[in-house]
Amino acid sequence: MRRIAAAAAFFAALGLAACGGSGGKSSTTAQTSTAAASHQPVTITLWNGFTNRELGVVNQAVAAFHASHPWITVKSVGGINDDKIIAAIRGGNAPDVAQSFTADNTGAFCSSGGWIDLKPYMDASHINASMFPQAVQTYTQFQGKRCALPMLADTYGLYYNKDLFKKAGITAPPKTMSELTADAKKLTVRDGNSFKVVGFDPAQGFYENAPAHYGPLFGANWVDGQDKSAIAKNPGWAEFMQWQKGLIDFYGFDKLRRWQAGAGDEFSASNAFERGKLAMAIDGEYRTAFIKAEHPDLNYGTAPMPVADSHPELYGAGYVTGNIIGIPKSSAHKDAAWELVKYLTTDQHALALLSNGLRNVPTTSASLKSSELTPDPRFKVFLDIFANPKTATTPITAAGSANQELFQDYVAKWQAGKVTDLQNGLAQVDKQIDAQLANSAGTQVP
Amino acid sequence: MSTAPLAQGGPAPRLQVRDRRAAKRKAAWRRRWLVLGLMSPWIVGCTVFFIYPLLASVYLSFTHYDLLSRPRWVGTANYAFMLHHDPQIWNAVKNTLWLMAIAVPLQVLFAFGVAGMVVRAKSGVGFFRTVFYLPTLAPPVAATLGFTYILNPATGPVNTVLGWLGIDGPLWFESPSWSKPSLVLLGLWGIGNTMIIFLAALLDVPRHLYESAQLDGAGPLQRLRWVTLPTVSPVILFAVVIGVIEALQYFTQAYVASSIVGGGAGNAADPANRLGYPEGSTMFYPLLLYQQGFRFFNMGYASAMAIVLLVVAFAVTLLIIRNSRRWVHYQGGMR
Repeated sequence: MRRIAAAAAFFAALGLAACGGSGGKSSTTAQTSTAAASHQPVTITLWNGFTNRELGVVNQAVAAFHASHPWITVKSVGGINDDKIIAAIRGGNAPDVAQSFTADNTGAFCSSGGWIDLKPYMDASHINASMFPQAVQTYTQFQGKRCALPMLADTYGLYYNKDLFKKAGITAPPKTMSELTADAKKLTVRDGNSFKVVGFDPAQGFYENAPAHYGPLFGANWVDGQDKSAIAKNPGWAEFMQWQKGLIDFYGFDKLRRWQAGAGDEFSASNAFERGKLAMAIDGEYRTAFIKAEHPDLNYGTAPMPVADSHPELYGAGYVTGNIIGIPKSSAHKDAAWELVKYLTTDQHALALLSNGLRNVPTTSASLKSSELTPDPRFKVFLDIFANPKTATTPITAAGSANQELFQDYVAKWQAGKVTDLQNGLAQVDKQIDAQLANSAGTQVP
Repeated sequence: MSTAPLAQGGPAPRLQVRDRRAAKRKAAWRRRWLVLGLMSPWIVGCTVFFIYPLLASVYLSFTHYDLLSRPRWVGTANYAFMLHHDPQIWNAVKNTLWLMAIAVPLQVLFAFGVAGMVVRAKSGVGFFRTVFYLPTLAPPVAATLGFTYILNPATGPVNTVLGWLGIDGPLWFESPSWSKPSLVLLGLWGIGNTMIIFLAALLDVPRHLYESAQLDGAGPLQRLRWVTLPTVSPVILFAVVIGVIEALQYFTQAYVASSIVGGGAGNAADPANRLGYPEGSTMFYPLLLYQQGFRFFNMGYASAMAIVLLVVAFAVTLLIIRNSRRWVHYQGGMR
């Protein structure tokens, strides 16, 4: 028995170590060709993350591409995530074009050379990144290397329930955080130990509540001029945390958690805002499509998110992120792949078609004014947020969203009332982020 | 006469001996090749799936490796980061130690207790055996989903029933102090495998030992202490060792529970954003390893973590086995 136990221990332990990973393939320098693409018939593969109805919309755009580029046939494969893309690049069998929902991974794709540098292609096609708003340019490149282009974006604003507003005697959506707090309190209906209606739930981790989505509303930056984490140096973050904790305390953290547990899955018809259990929420433009499909009778409005009382000039701006698309280094048909990338990211017709179908924000500044866009005043609010010059995004790192996740961990402790010295804690978070990013970049930890 | 052939044919028997030896050697080689041939699937499997990845992990632990570009040698930087800088590692170690110290003993005790009850059942033994074994057949992901539903603090049946009794049920997976106990409950529910092994061991305890103990006036507790426990002690050791190794590898249930209960939080397409929810209380060592390797593109560091885990798992197991000499009894002195 002892021998069996020892053997079992050995092999189980071996299995643990074995899950650490295996040797990598050598990276090859991207072979770029700026020569005019030949019109030889070619078939390329597009991997994207969309499924079901949304995949159908993407395939419509792909069909439109084929109509205008008849020599390029595109095999579109949906339901792909970044793990699959990375594994395929490692295995040398990646698609010609890859689309990802995770802009946070741009840094990894660019710095590793997993996705090729698009600059030579853009130069040859006379495409300038300035056709995209500044924030969008930020999340599609890393340290000056542009290996991705944006394929539709998500911007975040305020959703509010007009019926509940009327009941509470509120006539207009709040514009500052103190107005938001006041309205949230008015809208909240308690029910014994729980709530019938929550005015606004500011607990981070709930639905779309993440510090990244609030930063632009408080004028809070992530990094300083030297690319060092600067959360403690930025008064906006502390102001944001004080504000959200203040409103959480109005509800009671545990009570709010209990309510959240029954609030319904965010991406389902039982979403609390859609059912009128949550009067206001921060959410992306895509919610307009969900509500239309799931609760078409909901009487709601949209507006930019309220901003910090100390920064009224920020009203109208918000957080932006989006899908990225690029060419994996192993693509055998990079010229044809570029034609597809160019089409899906810069062609007005394609962007309007995708935006109408997916109800995401089209990504070039010009496409916002496209006459092909289906008009919808509630969706238009998000187009305006997108176009706002103060709209911001999160910095791209080589370590995915490590900076955001470390900060989120701290915010989680703070909102639970487990932090005594906020400022000191923020300084610690900065140190942790810098150490993590240094290790992830393979440089000496400072 | 009789000596002549010997004298003359001296070399002949030597040749025979040599032939015999050669034939024997040949047969031995043939046997070796046969054994090797029969073992080759295992040898190939072990080399490809264990030895190569293990050696690769050792090498990668001294490199910076982002999964996509060639690993770059960084010496002991990953180990230094682990010991001095990683903000999450001590929390992950603490959580994993918690599992080893609390969940493992509870699971062994519970499996032993259930087996003890089933073995005593007068009728319906097969039924009880099946009932207690059945949860083991549920895939871990499905079982975890089921528990997050049952233990939902707002809508779950457990808190609803507690509410009828006037008890404000805990927040279960939503609370940092209850999330690990909730996972323990899930673990206790699925102790079928260990229970079956205990059951076999309990049925194996010689009846005559109980009878003589009873004749000597031993009560039920004394019989348990002096007859049952010593006899099943090798199985207890086995259960503890396997339990500890499973605790060190604990991943799926914590990953699923935190993803489901953690809800939205940022990127909707990415459940891994909620690893460790709530407040890092379910961030166990293997989850951190996964996060570093696959989410932070830090596979060099993840490999270093894997190597440390291997060494720790090995050391802990050896420690338990060495310590077990004092309390494990092998029948017939067999070890």
